[in-house]
This record gives sequence, C-alpha cells and structure tokens, in this order.
Amino acid sequence: MRFLLDAEQTAFARSLDALLTAADTPAVVRSWGAGDPAAGRALWSRLADAGVFALAVPEAYEGLGRRPVELAVAFVELGRHAVPGPLAETVAAAVLLTGPGPAKRFLPGLAAGRTIATVALPGGGPYVLDTDASDMELTVTGTGSAAETGTGTGSAGAELRVTQASGSPPASRVRRSLDAARRLSLPRAGGELLDAGPQVAAGAAEALRWARLTTAAQALGVGLALLDRTVAYVKRRSQFGVPVGSFQAVRHRLADAKIALEFARPLLFGAALSMDPADIAAAKVTACEAAYATARTALQLHGAIGYTAEYDLSLWLTRARALRSAWGGPGECRAAVLGTDALSGGARRCS
Amino acid sequence: MDLTHSPADEAFRAEARTWLGAHVPARPLPSLETAEGFAAHRAWEAELGADRWSVVSWPAAYGGRDCGLVRWLLFEEEYYAAGAPGRVGQNGVSLLAPTLLVHGTEEQRVRILPPMARGEVVWAQAWSEPEAGSDLASLRSRAVRTDGGWLLSGQKTWSSRAAFADRAFGLFRSEPDMPKPHQGLTYLMFDLRAPGVTVRPIGRLDGKPAFAEIFLDEVFVPDEDVIGGPGRGWRIAMSTAGDERGLTLRSPGRFLASADRLAALWHGRGRDPFTRDRVADAVIGARAYQLFTYAAASRFLDGEALGPESSLNKVFWSEYDVALHETALDLLGADGEPADGDWAEGYLFSLAGPIYAGTNEIQRDIIAERLLGLPRGRR
Ligand SMILES: Cc1cc2nc3c(=O)[nH]c(=O)nc-3n(C[C@H](O)[C@H](O)[C@H](O)COP(=O)(O)OP(=O)(O)OC[C@H]3O[C@@H](n4cnc5c(N)ncnc54)[C@H](O)[C@@H]3O)c2cc1C
Repeated sequence: MRFLLDAEQTAFARSLDALLTAADTPAVVRSWGAGDPAAGRALWSRLADAGVFALAVPEAYEGLGRRPVELAVAFVELGRHAVPGPLAETVAAAVLLTGPGPAKRFLPGLAAGRTIATVALPGGGPYVLDTDASDMELTVTGTGSAAETGTGTGSAGAELRVTQASGSPPASRVRRSLDAARRLSLPRAGGELLDAGPQVAAGAAEALRWARLTTAAQALGVGLALLDRTVAYVKRRSQFGVPVGSFQAVRHRLADAKIALEFARPLLFGAALSMDPADIAAAKVTACEAAYATARTALQLHGAIGYTAEYDLSLWLTRARALRSAWGGPGECRAAVLGTDALSGGARRCS
Repeated sequence: MDLTHSPADEAFRAEARTWLGAHVPARPLPSLETAEGFAAHRAWEAELGADRWSVVSWPAAYGGRDCGLVRWLLFEEEYYAAGAPGRVGQNGVSLLAPTLLVHGTEEQRVRILPPMARGEVVWAQAWSEPEAGSDLASLRSRAVRTDGGWLLSGQKTWSSRAAFADRAFGLFRSEPDMPKPHQGLTYLMFDLRAPGVTVRPIGRLDGKPAFAEIFLDEVFVPDEDVIGGPGRGWRIAMSTAGDERGLTLRSPGRFLASADRLAALWHGRGRDPFTRDRVADAVIGARAYQLFTYAAASRFLDGEALGPESSLNKVFWSEYDVALHETALDLLGADGEPADGDWAEGYLFSLAGPIYAGTNEIQRDIIAERLLGLPRGRR
C-alpha cells in the first residue's frame, strides 16, 4: 500500500508538461478547430515519441504494454494543456484492435503516432470526434443492448469495421461542437470488416472503459488548469483597491474548486489501478463534475474577459462541458456505480 | 501506485474482524449523548481496551498496538462495517493523546494514556468560550499562578459530552498583557469534578444532554497538568500532532459503512429514481474519501507534512455527511421522520459537522491562503 505516484511517473508528468508548455497548445487548439490539423498532427507525433499512445498498446505490437496508471498521468497533462484531437478515441481504438488480425496491421502505427484513430462505439454517443483529421475511423455495430458486458444476447452479430482517411467526410458534413476544438460528424456505415462475433462486443466494452478513464483524466487536467489560471488571475486583478482574490466570496469558491478536484484525483488513480467499470464510472463523473464546476467558477471570477473567445481561458471552459457528456454522461456513470445500468448487471457493494 | 495490502496487514485486518465479530454488541447501544448511553459506551471502551483494540495506532506501552496509520485505517473500516458503537473516548483519543505523544512528558503519558485507552477517564475538549468561537485566540478564561500550580477561572462552552465526562483540556490566558492574543496562553488539563467547577448541560438540536458549558471558579490545577510549558499553549494546541490528526478525526471506514447502508436501502426501496444520483454520489464520495486518505497516509508515511491539507478533509467529510443523511431521509420520506430512527439521529448529528472542528468557512480560508496562495482578506 503506497497509493502515490512513484518518482518515474511524476517525472513523466513533468516532462510532458514541459513539452506541452513549449508547444504553445492554445495556438494548436485554435488551428485544429479551424480545420487545419497540421500543427496538431505534429504535436501528436511528439506526444507519441514521448510514449503516450504506446501506453495503450501491448509490447508485442511495439507498445509499452497496457499501463492505465501512466496513461492517466499522461492524460491529466493533455487535459491541463487542452491538447485537441481524438485522444481518448485513439486509446479506445488501440484496445479495440487488439484482436489477432487487426493488431499486427494497426497497432504499431497507433503506438508510434503515425496513425490517428477515431471510434464510434455503442453507448458512446451519436457523433464521432474529429474524423476529418483522423487516419481511420472504427465502428462497432450490432452488439445489442449488452454492448459493454459482451455477454448478452445479440453480441454474436457484433461487427468491427474500419474506414480509412480517404473516405473522410467532406468538411461541410462536420458539425461544430460547443467546444470549438471538437469536430463532430455522424459515423459512416460500411467500411472493411475487421472482425465479427462476441469478442468484438467484449472488446467494445473494454474500449469504452479505457475511453472513459482517459476522458476522466483529461477532465481532471482541464479542471486543474482552470483553477491555476483563475488563482493567478484573481491575485493580479484589482478592484476597490485590492486584489479580487482577497474577497472571501472569491476565495471560498476557489477553495471549493480545489476540494472537488483533489477528491477526484484519487478516484482517477484508484480506477486506473482496478480498471473496474464502477470505479471508472465514479472517476469519470467526479472528475467531470469537478472540472465543470471549476469552469463555472473560472468564468465567473474572470468577469467579462473570461467570456471572450479571444482569451485562452475559453479553450478550457468549453472543453470541460464537452468532456462531461463524452463517453458516458453523469447519469450513465452514476447508474454504473450503483450497478443498475444495462451494462454492469447487478448490485455492487461499495469498496 | 499500489492499493493492495501486505499479507501482514491483511492478517491484522482479519484478526480485527474476528475480534469484532465476537464482541460487537448484538443490539445498538443507547446514544452516548445520554447518561445511560454514556455508561454503556464507557463499558464498551473498556472491553475494546482490554484486548488493545481501543487505540491500535498508539505505542504498546500505553495500551495500543503500535500498528501505524494504514492498519489504523483497516481497523476502522472493519470497525464500522461490523456496526460497532460510536467512540465515547474520541476527544481524548484523537485530540489530547496525539498532543501528549508529541509534547507531553513521559510522566503525563504514563499517567494519562492507559486509563484513557481503557475508558476509565473520558475527556472533554474545553476550547470554545462564549465570546471565542472561530476566533479562538480571543479567549478570556484565566490561569493564575499559585503555589505548585494554577487557579483557573472563566467559562468554557459547547463542550461535547462534558456533562458526563471526567476531565477536560483547554487553553487559558496566563499572561494577560501580551501584545498578541495568541501569546501568553497555557494549555492545561483539569478535573470536571474538582471544587470550583460547575458543568451545565445544554440540550443539542437533537435534544441530547451531554453537550455542556463549564464554569470555573479558582479551580486548582497542579503544575504537572500543564502541557508543553506555561505560555506555549497556542503553539502546542495548534500543532496537536497536526498532521496525523488531520487524518484521524474522521475515518473513511465510518463513511464507507454508511454509504453501504444507504445503497442497500436504495436497492431495497425499489431503486427510487428520484434519489438515484445522490445515492450514487454518496457511494462515490465514500470511496473518494477513502482513497484520498490512503494517499494522504502514504505521504505522511513518506515523511511529508500534511498540514493545511487536512482542511480539504474537514470540509469534504462534513458536507458529505450532511448530503448522505439528507439523501437517506429523502429516500425514506415520511418513514424517516421519527427521531429515534438511525438516519434521523445521524442526520441531526451530521448538521453540526460544518460548524465544529473549525467551521467550514474558516477551513475554506485556510485552503485559500495556505494551499492556493491567495491574499489574506479581512477577517
Ligand atoms: C455539536 C458541536 C460540538 C462541539 N464540541 C466542542 C467541543 O467539544 N469543544 C469545544 O471547545 N468546542 C466545541 N464546539 C464548538 C465549535 O468549535 C464552535 O462552535 C466553532 O468553533 C464556531 O464557533 P462559534 O459557534 O462561536 O461560531 P462563530 O465563530 O460565532 O461563527 C458564526 C458564523 O460566522 C462565521 N465566521 C466566523 N468568523 C469568520 C470568518 N473569519 N470568515 C468567515 N466566516 C466567519 C462562522 O463560520 C459561522 O458560520 C462544538 C460545536 C458543536 C456545534
């Protein structure tokens, strides 16, 4: 029992932080959202060089082995720097593609950052993220209602298909998200059949877990960034002759944000250790609620400047809202915690 | 990152579970805030103490098992999961004892700790005064030098369980002319039945009478009952082995057990859709508090000071506790109203959490200043 990151994990976080600080991510986010993914792709490959995507890929396929704790560490940093793109989706893709055939063909490219993947899974919402900027889109269909357990009826008809970049939708079919950096489109039917059968449904359930975990980590990072920036701002900004950060109404809102984020953190790492669906759901709802509440606080305490698209704070503000709904919103996650969703099938005692 | 426990720790847990399984009273004891319940709980402390389960983390010499924080956490998880009684000795065990372990003399430790561990002497905390609540340093009760000791005069209030407790500990102004209010204070222990002491019970919101105010009129206290030296009271009282206390004031085990009961109630009552999200949040909150505490314990065992981080704890558990009980009452509807129901009792008690042990407003100020580095505001 030593429930703390070790020195290597902490150093990994620090090195990613340094890399991303130097990368001027706000500019990258803005061009990504405008439909020009070049800077984002360049950053993507640097993140891959640092090992980020390899953490979702077994060693046999040029990965670092599946390491959810390190992945969570990395995704907190990605969130802190508002890195755009189908990040959780690429991790989910790596998990989906671990089946015998596709693994060899695709996983090395994902691990190395040559391939950006996006996915559409049952239970994952109506849109696929950033398909126009991705190299491939994976879809799982036909899992019936028991998608995530892979044990229910109907999973025998599950299919995993891939479409490659050449088939990407025209920009005109891309819908803007309320987060300007997220580009949404409807999943495409068809594509090459990679695998079929109950193992696809089981793989989809597992991929959903990894997407949820990494989304939770990203959300925590988004919340931490919002808190840091707001604390810095209220120390600087003066009204009535004193820094606004000396007003108790301001201080107490920020203290509440700190409490919420600091209690989301252990849930995230506890979930990464267990990979239990209920633990992951608990981490997701808590991190996302904490990040979202912090976003509201951040906006309020910045005043009007926080409400402008020009000011970088906006990049994190809207991200917090979008991540809250991605890969299982608060209601779905809470149902999973109580073991009453269609997916986990039974009561579960706490701890 | 590791959440698994060593075989030795698991063996300790199993031993605790076995002992509790054989000893926890089959029926709940009457409330420890009543005379009858107080006596029953004192007997329970004695039973715990006899087998060295009352203060597991203390050194064996004083009645503990010297088992460290992690095992203390495991013990508490087992304790509350077994439905064992609330701890009447808590003020002494979690506030006075850590102070004596760090700042007391060996004579004090040997004299005071073992009877505390056995429930023979139950302690009350006499810090607050009518005019000194959040601003504790403004306290006015005096300690005046006399032959071989001190004479205490003044008034303390809001002292939990003082109506039935044996002794109390608190701060007194021994040097009235110091420039700052927190200077010239002395930390002393006194007998609640000594000549000159009057204890007046105050009914709490739940009507229970163990809460009290204490009037002191030239109460003699010998020098050996000064903690940490005259005039050094503020520092000693505030440090109170500060780190560990931040962890041990409320154990996660207590909330894990409550959340389990709430989830079972919810499943048993048809999975009421209107309270579903809040029940889930209660389950999540208990787990979050448990894991947060494990992380804090890990840092503490690494030798790190936790200090102001315990303010995060305090606000979290106290607000969590209220939300948990409100959820249970909403789920129960009219069935939750009778005051002798477990949830109703727990609810009334939970309402005090955001007030005692430093109000949550004061904790938020500490978080803002000491964890976020925000500028000091007007107080
Ligand atoms: C059930 C219960 C048990 C207790 N047990 C004990 C005990 O055993 N021993 C003991 O010594 N005491 C005990 N207390 C007393 C407790 O410690 C005090 O109630 C507490 O410190 C607050 O003091 P007060 O009640 O005088 O409130 P006040 O200090 O008068 O505060 C009133 C309100 O003003 C707010 N406030 C005060 N100052 C500030 C500020 N600077 N910024 C913002 N808000 C502020 C407070 O947060 C509060 O909301 C107990 C209290 C309760 C309710």
